[in-house]
Amino acid sequence: MTDIHSLRDDFPILDKSLNGQPLCYLDSAATAQKPNKVIDVIKTFYQAENSNVHRGLHTLSKNATNRYEAARETIAKFLNVSAKEIVWTSGATESLNFLAHGLSQALNENSKIAISPFEHHANIVPWQEACKRTGAQLLVLPMLENGVLDEAGAISLLQTHKPDILSIGHVSNALGNIHPIESLIKACKTLGTKTVIDGAQSFMHLRPDLVALDCDFYVFSAHKALGPTGVGGLYGRYNLLNTLPVYKTGGEMIQEVTFAHSTYRDAPGKFEPGTPNISGVIGLAAAVDYLNNISPSALQRYERALYQSLLQQLNQIKGVTVYGDTQNNVGIVSFNYKNEHHYDLATLLNTYGVAVRSGHHCAQPLMNMLNVNGTVRASLAFYNNEADVEHFINALKATIELLD
Amino acid sequence: MNIENITKKLSESHGWQAKYREIMLFGKQLPELPEALKVGSALVSGCDSKVWLYVDLDESAQQLVLIADSDTRIVKGLLAIIIAAYAGKTPEQASQFSAYTLFESLGLISHLSPSRGNGIRAIVDQIQMQANRLA
Ligand SMILES: Cc1ncc(COP(=O)(O)O)c(C=O)c1O
Repeated sequence: MTDIHSLRDDFPILDKSLNGQPLCYLDSAATAQKPNKVIDVIKTFYQAENSNVHRGLHTLSKNATNRYEAARETIAKFLNVSAKEIVWTSGATESLNFLAHGLSQALNENSKIAISPFEHHANIVPWQEACKRTGAQLLVLPMLENGVLDEAGAISLLQTHKPDILSIGHVSNALGNIHPIESLIKACKTLGTKTVIDGAQSFMHLRPDLVALDCDFYVFSAHKALGPTGVGGLYGRYNLLNTLPVYKTGGEMIQEVTFAHSTYRDAPGKFEPGTPNISGVIGLAAAVDYLNNISPSALQRYERALYQSLLQQLNQIKGVTVYGDTQNNVGIVSFNYKNEHHYDLATLLNTYGVAVRSGHHCAQPLMNMLNVNGTVRASLAFYNNEADVEHFINALKATIELLD
Repeated sequence: MNIENITKKLSESHGWQAKYREIMLFGKQLPELPEALKVGSALVSGCDSKVWLYVDLDESAQQLVLIADSDTRIVKGLLAIIIAAYAGKTPEQASQFSAYTLFESLGLISHLSPSRGNGIRAIVDQIQMQANRLA
């Protein structure tokens, strides 16, 4: 297993300068940077291996098909599930749309869907649309005043309403909170509630074992886990997954087509019509191979220590308010400074080479509940180091001086 | 504050921190819009931050009157530049003039994020549309 400190060298972009300043990349929650291994695999695919999959008897096509299906095995193993339970999509957003479409077929005016107040719009809007179509009711789990999920309140709300579906983020992209999904899933089991976990922010940081979690569905995006953009997927418990209706239709997914009628293959094939994002899937497998070479506990220890250091230095700056759960967190600080606009802060930080996100982070309902119109969000990954934290803190102090 | 002054100050400040400091100082000189006028109908859509804009005509002088505010300091400074750039123009003159080009020549567009850049575009488009209406 590798020393975490040396991994930074695998990420070529982290050496770059921006606006005449060394880059301080603290926006991994928006998208993670890519190691050379992933970049090389994609490049080599197009230089030497490009071919369509599941068609053609020629060697290139067979090789591409093997790589593509082996990638499914790689991701399945990473999540501790079986390959036929993994469906490729364009990312977490498409996965959630697919699930909201499929799972809502059985709903009606008496049905209920529960989400948490922390959800990304991608895990709100598809369910809202499902409610519009079916007449089902959308429930929102309660939050404590300090921006943490009210676990006891959430469980009692689930028990009272017995919703058909609970769809909740494993980790909040806006705040970094790790939600106690284990206990929520356990409660849902006894209520017959199907569980959908938005794993966009947990896939890389927490590497969940889906058998242990016992959720019914889990969605992810490759680009938030060192892989390329435009690809991702979902896990579905096979007996549930295979009964979902098809979402997109076309070639490759079918068993037989006549002009009167078509029959479909079994999952996952029936959910993957058309030419897929082959290089993307292979790139994601390379990203997971890369992660497999890092000890998960060492990675989490490293990220946790870096987060504590960042949080502590940030809290020392008078006038800073940090939001969310600072105990259970993947390494995101979401904050404001006095009454300054997050927009001004982020714009000025950028002049020091610091890349952070500002705004509502696609979680407007959460921002409303926190009584802010947005925050500045600095998000860490294992390729960040103490020098990044120092760079950021110094830039923030200089920014504050410019504003005060 | 006139536009020559602004241009001079910006060209004399070196480095982005210094430029932004100047821009924020321009914004400080703009009077704050009364809360009662910060209404949804005056919001310019297409900006990341909130921008309220009123365009009217000074009948006697036949000059455009611009009143604007923003909830961010930097955008408020950019609004101050826009207002100075349109100052004293008749609606006809204003509809011929693009502050967007001025921002480009000040070198400010490249540094503003696309959404902010587009925000400037949205503000300028709005002014031109209203100028056309008043012309
Ligand atoms: C928690 C969460 N869910 C869903 C998404 C949507 O992911 P994508 O844009 O990759 O489809 C994101 C991305 O920001 C996210 O953070």
